[in-house]
Amino acid sequence: MALADGASTPMSETRRAGLARARLHNARWTLAAAALALLVVAAWPEAGWWLPVLAFIGVVAVALVAPRGSPATLPSQSPPALVRARADLERLTAIDLAAAVPDALVIFDRSGAVLHANEAAQAAFGELPEGLLLQMRFRVPEMQDLVARVLSGEAAPAIIEYAERVPVERAFRVAAMPLGRGAGVFAMVFRDQSESRRIDRMRADFIANASHELRTPLASISGFIETLRGPARDDEKARENFLQIMQNQTERMARLIDDLLSLSRLEMRTYVRPTTPVDLRAVLRQVIETMGHMARESGVEVKAKLGDAPVTVPGSRDELYQVFQNLLENACKYGASGGRVEIEIDDRSATDDREVNVSIRDFGPGIAEEHIPRITERFYRVDVETSRSQKGTGLGLAIVKHILTRHDARLTIRSRPGEGAVFTVHLHSTVGRPAGAQQ
Amino acid sequence: MPSQHIVRAFDEELALLANRIAAMGGHAERMVDESVTALIAGDAALGAKVIADDAVLDELQREVDDRVIVMIARRQPMAEDLREIIGTIRIAAELERVGDLGKSNAKRVAAIAEARQPRALFRGLEALSTLALTQLKDVLDVYASRRVDSIAMIRDRDEEIDAVYTSLFRELLTYMMEDPRNISACTHLLFCAKNIERIGDHATNIAETVFHIATGSQLPPERPKVDHSHKVVVTSEGAEIVD
Repeated sequence: MALADGASTPMSETRRAGLARARLHNARWTLAAAALALLVVAAWPEAGWWLPVLAFIGVVAVALVAPRGSPATLPSQSPPALVRARADLERLTAIDLAAAVPDALVIFDRSGAVLHANEAAQAAFGELPEGLLLQMRFRVPEMQDLVARVLSGEAAPAIIEYAERVPVERAFRVAAMPLGRGAGVFAMVFRDQSESRRIDRMRADFIANASHELRTPLASISGFIETLRGPARDDEKARENFLQIMQNQTERMARLIDDLLSLSRLEMRTYVRPTTPVDLRAVLRQVIETMGHMARESGVEVKAKLGDAPVTVPGSRDELYQVFQNLLENACKYGASGGRVEIEIDDRSATDDREVNVSIRDFGPGIAEEHIPRITERFYRVDVETSRSQKGTGLGLAIVKHILTRHDARLTIRSRPGEGAVFTVHLHSTVGRPAGAQQ
Repeated sequence: MPSQHIVRAFDEELALLANRIAAMGGHAERMVDESVTALIAGDAALGAKVIADDAVLDELQREVDDRVIVMIARRQPMAEDLREIIGTIRIAAELERVGDLGKSNAKRVAAIAEARQPRALFRGLEALSTLALTQLKDVLDVYASRRVDSIAMIRDRDEEIDAVYTSLFRELLTYMMEDPRNISACTHLLFCAKNIERIGDHATNIAETVFHIATGSQLPPERPKVDHSHKVVVTSEGAEIVD
């Protein structure tokens, strides 16, 4: 206290000014009435004695009825800084408060129509325009119930669990409560619980997938061990051969676990679109360089048309890298018979589409029509034998699809048997997007 | 919401009607979601719950019908209001059908769970149901916001559902050819896939109705069909599409 007093004459100056402002502010109704009374008296100077009396009565009446802020008039009881902060607080609105809350928060009126949705809410649920009925956007029965309960004026804040399955699995704990007393304004807060849900689900999925997909190589290994201990005990040539197969199988299991973990990690991340600017040309050049060895091994020549100007999109560099790596790897593996792979950037950010398209084209055997809609499913394989021999895990495109969903981007696949396949990634060139275009 | 009427009660009735549709939508979405979850997990209890929930949806539809009839009789609506009200009946009927399809899937839970199937069999069904649910959600979101500019895109997605359905049809036929013991479960799964594909169609119908309510005109009619499942046959090579 002593320190503050000694150090700051200007501080107390501003404090005094603030206090004066607050006092004037509190007396504003009386002051206004007095000014009005003076004006009236001045306007009719010939009116006689009753007019000033009437004006005075008017001022007294206003002073009696006018609302008065209490603490500012009693500076001796609370410190002036607090008073000023309080005055500031009273000027702030619920919207200011909503903007400061990190959880999604929606303010709505008596009918359930949205009055305001904070930024977190817009990020989580897309646009929630003013006037949209909450019951229509959040349709699950529990939510209908929650809104009805709060609107009916139930005192205690109501809490429910709310889950969405599409476009991405998410879970929230939702609380709704009235704001103020009888103001007819209500608030709803969404606390994101997706992460703990996803951990549970990931565990279940991992066990289900791993047990199924790992069993095949394990069975094969244990079969060879049995043979090596029994009938092939002394067969030098067979032993070498079998050990080689066993090694391949263990490598396959290791790759599978890597991919499963990578997919699980991706799924763990929150559903928020990454927005760091990424130069696609740099990413693609690096991918091509890294994959060069593999391409040469499969006898594939990679041709890139990346253009002259840098092409920047909002996203996560590492994730986009993984996308193009997986796509190029697939093109080299399954399109090797075509002998070349073409990568092209089509920058349409200046047009109405506001998209940047990256296409990766191979000239291999192509993909039959009936498989195209489904090849991004986990463990979906067009041809199990080819996939195994190419060391595929069945997860590459699932990872691609997941990353692109997170980026709000699309993957389109065009192919005809015998004519190769084109995988095109459509990325938005800006973060903002036309209204209503979800998913 | 539409512009204000002189009779405020009419606005309130319209809002209430829209609200009931939203409630029906929520129930239908929940039923479809839970029926597929029950199928995949072989959860008979969840299946039973879905079947019981259908009664709620039916009740809601009756309520919507009654309200609409009373509104037409009392208010004699015209133009936009009439479209809105007639559209509501149509959407309610579509949603009720969606619920029925969910219920039909739920009824098959026991039969499919009986012969324990490999997980691979369900993956396609899961993908198909995610597509159909997304479709349904987007359509109902558009109904809530009345932003019909994205509706053409929603309808186009129906193609994707049809393509996955055709592929699933072939896959299930292949499983049946591989091992006759798969036949009973696969046949049930075929019906389930068909039901989910139908849900996508109902969502598309709702999209068309919403467009009509909002604009007064119809969506352009061309709807290319990608569902080739009627052409899939079994040959010595396996399941194939014939032209």
